[in-house]
Amino acid sequence: MMQSILTPLFNIVVFPGFLFLAAMGMLGQYVDRKLYARLQNRVGPPFIQPLADFIKLSAKQETLPEGADRRMFLVLPLVALAATVTASFYIPMWSDKALFSFDGDIIVTLYFLMIPTVSFFLAGHASTSLYAEIGAVRAITQFFAYEVPLFLAVLSPALLAGTWSISGIAAFYAARPGWWLFNILGFGVGMVAVLGKLEKVPFDIPEAETEIVGGAFTEYSGRLLALFKMTVDVEAIVAASLLAAIFLPFGLGLPALLGFLVYLLKVFLVLVLLTLLRTIMARLRIDQMMAFCWKILAPLAFVQIVASLVLKGVLS
Amino acid sequence: MATTRIPIGPQHPALKEPESFLITLNGERITDVAMRLGYNHRGIEKAAENRTYVQDIYLIERVCGICSHSHSSAFIQCVEEIAGLEVPLRAKYLRVLIGELERVHSHLLWLGVAGHEIGFDTLLMYSWRDREVVMDILAMLTGNRVHYAMNTLGGVKRDVTEEQAREILKAVDTLEERTKYYIDVATHETTLIQRLSGPGFISKDDVLKYGVVGPTGRASGVGRDARKDDPYAAYPELDFNVVTDDHCDVYGRTLVRVGELMESYKLIRQVLKKLPAGDIAVKSPRRIPAGEAVSRYEAPRGEDVHYVRANGTDKPERVRVRAPTMANLQAVAKMLEDNNLADVPIVIAAIDPCFSCTDRMVHIDRIDRGPSSESFEWGALRRKGIEWYSANGVDFTELNKRFEVRG
Repeated sequence: MMQSILTPLFNIVVFPGFLFLAAMGMLGQYVDRKLYARLQNRVGPPFIQPLADFIKLSAKQETLPEGADRRMFLVLPLVALAATVTASFYIPMWSDKALFSFDGDIIVTLYFLMIPTVSFFLAGHASTSLYAEIGAVRAITQFFAYEVPLFLAVLSPALLAGTWSISGIAAFYAARPGWWLFNILGFGVGMVAVLGKLEKVPFDIPEAETEIVGGAFTEYSGRLLALFKMTVDVEAIVAASLLAAIFLPFGLGLPALLGFLVYLLKVFLVLVLLTLLRTIMARLRIDQMMAFCWKILAPLAFVQIVASLVLKGVLS
Repeated sequence: MATTRIPIGPQHPALKEPESFLITLNGERITDVAMRLGYNHRGIEKAAENRTYVQDIYLIERVCGICSHSHSSAFIQCVEEIAGLEVPLRAKYLRVLIGELERVHSHLLWLGVAGHEIGFDTLLMYSWRDREVVMDILAMLTGNRVHYAMNTLGGVKRDVTEEQAREILKAVDTLEERTKYYIDVATHETTLIQRLSGPGFISKDDVLKYGVVGPTGRASGVGRDARKDDPYAAYPELDFNVVTDDHCDVYGRTLVRVGELMESYKLIRQVLKKLPAGDIAVKSPRRIPAGEAVSRYEAPRGEDVHYVRANGTDKPERVRVRAPTMANLQAVAKMLEDNNLADVPIVIAAIDPCFSCTDRMVHIDRIDRGPSSESFEWGALRRKGIEWYSANGVDFTELNKRFEVRG
């Protein structure tokens, strides 16, 4: 009886749940910042910096803006973090089995991954500050632009595999070496859409510092801001894991430790690619971003879908 | 979203100095811009009247932290004209040398700021790293990275040795190679071109109407450059081109500035090659005879105009500084018309503004309302200040006693 409660609790709080993801998120942030710095000919932060930043922010005073919706303002960072962590439970990380899985969990995961963006929007709106308001509107505008290509890109491997479970998709491609190449276009589209989801250059429009200060987070401080920052870090890990599980189905049958190393390698490969993209580009304008997502990214994702459907007909 | 008014400044991450732009938005589109100056008034013109000409050189140099040599040169040219001083040719060449090195460091700085404003921080890091090369050269030549204190009445204060000249040439080679890379980036990197092309459009006619100066004007096809139009120092003897462009937008201004970097390297090489032998300064009198003069100087940001009136003493009677930003700022409202909010930082940054150099006090009495303010002498103003504070409960007697004991 004890066992049946303790194991899920351990899974949720420690591994592979909250604590593991938080640690991974900080590691990811370190890799991102260090690599970004080295590519720009700077020294970059020490290894412990993300943790130090988190502790420092947590120790700082929180201020609530006058006239802000108190309950929303306080709860939203938690909602965002909880949703992101929950999304990870359906993603197989180092084997072809996720913690939980059922047919259709790919849709659930994608929806869970939407919640952070929606809470950024609500948080900005609840702050009642001008900059936060504009940041919030930009976040939600951008959300509609990248979410469609992301959905299409992630769903096309599912079409070919004939299952709506991420674990099922991973197992399908792991059993057929070389088939992942069919989805390479979808992988590219997914990468770019994830840049938009994580609000990184060239899609960091909702938090463009030189235009609208801190965007939706302008009024946030202390622990609440620390939670939001952690949400973004964890989101990067979860999104990278999702892309890795669906598009890079390697080493899933390996023994535990080796499989875990391969998983780390895949996630950091995705993170490094994201960092490279943000190093070499300037921030786009919101109208340019919309045009790019709808006129280039979405059609490419459609091409991938059509290709998957044709392949399914030919191969089966 | 309906109409919103959003304040950019006086405190805002996009602005390096305080200035207020109150922007009315319709969605993300700008419908109106209200500008307000006057957050940085330092009273330098007034202070200059209380100091000797030699002290003023150092004061005027501090009008701007970036084009410091420009301001001190423009000021000194006025004084030398009034005093009838004949500056040795070698000193004129050395002034050009420092002036062009300053232009290089200013334009590289601008390139980085522009990159940062459009979220391209890699460009910021790269160009500021390369800027260190020219900063080191300036420090080697003058002992300082920003306020060079190179000018003195009748010439310059330090000479350039053969060894230093070799160092400069080496640095210029490095910088030229790096600048070619930036030109390559500016003409090929897609997101950069997309962000810079279009915003901040100002036509040639408007440039002439608003009196826009410097690279901002030259990017709209107006080839005005004080170095060519009203040559000073050693520029008449040097060969260089005035870089113009007809994009009329922020992208054009970027191309003009990187183009000017290449011209500056050319000028620096010529100066070092032709550098004539001789003295670097003539002796200047302490008292400057009565008279007045205006001088123009092509600072990195545009034409810098100084006016000095002398009254026969060792202090000027009036000094007037018109920094290039003053000429360009009026046009910013025009440039911002019908742009996106996202383009505000880069459009403001594209004139390479120097707000602190620009701020002056202007006193206006509306005739229909009668005098709305009073004028004071220094002493009367000080007395009024003390009275105002004691009336508001601030007592200075304790403080005064402490100062008396020390003094």
